[in-house]
Amino acid sequence: MSMPFYVSPEQLMKDRADFARKGISRGRSLVAVQYADGVLFVTENPSQALHKVSEIYDRIAFAAVGRYNEFENLRIAGVRLADMRGYAYDRRDVTGRGLANAYAQTLGTIFSSGGEKPYEVEIFVAEIGDAAADDQVYRLTYEGRVADEHGYAVMGGDAETVTAYLQEHYSAGCSLEEALTVAVAALGHSASEDRVIPTSDLEVAVLDRTRTQPRKFARILPARLDTLLGDRGPGRHAAPIPEDGDPGTAASDPVTDAPDDPTDQVSGSVPPLEDPGSGEPPVAPPL
Amino acid sequence: MMDDPRLPAAFLRPGTSSFSDFLAEHKPDLLPARKSLPAGANQAGADLAPHGTTIVAATFPGGLVMAGDRRATMGNVIAQRDIEKVFPADEYSVVGIAGTAGLAVEMVRLFQVELEHYEKIEGSVLSLDGKANRLSALIRANLGMAMQGLAVVPMFAGFDLDRGIGRIFGYDVTGGRHEERHFFTVGSGSMFARGAMKKLFRDDLSEQECVTLAIQALYDAADDDSATGGPDVTRRIFPVVHVVTADGGRVVPEQAVAEIADRVIGGRMRRPDGPVAPLTTGEDA
Repeated sequence: MSMPFYVSPEQLMKDRADFARKGISRGRSLVAVQYADGVLFVTENPSQALHKVSEIYDRIAFAAVGRYNEFENLRIAGVRLADMRGYAYDRRDVTGRGLANAYAQTLGTIFSSGGEKPYEVEIFVAEIGDAAADDQVYRLTYEGRVADEHGYAVMGGDAETVTAYLQEHYSAGCSLEEALTVAVAALGHSASEDRVIPTSDLEVAVLDRTRTQPRKFARILPARLDTLLGDRGPGRHAAPIPEDGDPGTAASDPVTDAPDDPTDQVSGSVPPLEDPGSGEPPVAPPL
Repeated sequence: MMDDPRLPAAFLRPGTSSFSDFLAEHKPDLLPARKSLPAGANQAGADLAPHGTTIVAATFPGGLVMAGDRRATMGNVIAQRDIEKVFPADEYSVVGIAGTAGLAVEMVRLFQVELEHYEKIEGSVLSLDGKANRLSALIRANLGMAMQGLAVVPMFAGFDLDRGIGRIFGYDVTGGRHEERHFFTVGSGSMFARGAMKKLFRDDLSEQECVTLAIQALYDAADDDSATGGPDVTRRIFPVVHVVTADGGRVVPEQAVAEIADRVIGGRMRRPDGPVAPLTTGEDA
């Protein structure tokens, strides 16, 4: 008779947390910045179709990093929850706090249940009020922790470097142009260089309280980004996300396409929708 | 509403991008059409529940206008003088309701969420025909109640961004939809409004003229149908008018409608039957 290994609960949780953290840090960073008229989200995402920032409700937006299929599931659940609550009660009764709470409970349960793999995602839920002082940004982590963020917040990838840059350059109550400029510069900043991210690689969205419609969420498309950011010199695309030798990503030079292996990196003529290792959409080749 | 703070499993299940389908599966009691009346209640609802009356719509080059009178009736009683019966469905479409007001307003609310929900989940907007078909499904779900006298007969219109024109869809109680050319009317005063529109409509109306056309048609409906409210000059209650163009939909400000309505009334002071259509055979045109 074989004896099951004993794993202490501390070790179990730590392993699960390490697993989730590793998955999240492989992706690119996402920045949420509060500005005078609302909240701005910026991330480097060459895909025009697979969004990381989305609308949930009139004044509530959702942003996520990590595994696309996992946070997409959570996003759809959030839209359903918000629409159902707004339909059953009233549009004003849908709050970011309620949504953040539902996400926290869900992520927390999944993280601590032994049967499921923890979600490799980190989420921002932002809600704007009638004045800047009423704006809220909630950070939700893979284990269901909720934190209330002020000013700016960064998740995914090299969050520390980006946070350090923002700490130095961010000023409260700035305009949209200023907030966008500092956020984009922060994403391009690394210890070795300051890269200019091409506007076509940026996914930018705002919750803007000056919009006249009840739905305050809007995407800012590359054409408008060029105007807002002005001339920044020649842009350069990001380097592909490095493999880290994770056994699940089959980094060891696979040579043939194995259609039954979902982690295989070689696909006949069809490129994978997203990188199975990091969950990132594929980077468009430089023009 | 939710006892469990966690998101229920149904919310996380990938699947439909239709909000009404999701409700039918998860919270069917929230759907307006899921109630059934007791047997023997046949037609009694018709006199107990307020009814909305006349809606008119017409297209002009570059857009469309939809307008509704403000009266709700309950049998022979006027239930409400300032009810609104035309609503934006989304940015590029409007929906007007005739029939049982309580159910119709709920159906419009569901329809609005349905369109917005699809847009958020899919990241793209439904085609105008797709929206019209969804409304068909919602009306069909109400068929049982319609047979018991609580019918809802909406009218849907929107700007087709692909084709660059305004389009109007009419419905019957079974959810059958039909696209109308140029103009359409529904509700108790619809035949009188349609008669007026037939004589006044032209292909080359401006937006302002099209609004005037709608107000003239509603005036004629109110003239001959007791359940349709005419412009209320003493209380300053005028029709609700929505205009949809390539720039999106908007409500015509009350002040602007009041000005047009005052001019229409002024004209009717001299000629109560309204503008005269030329008595030509059409051959010499």
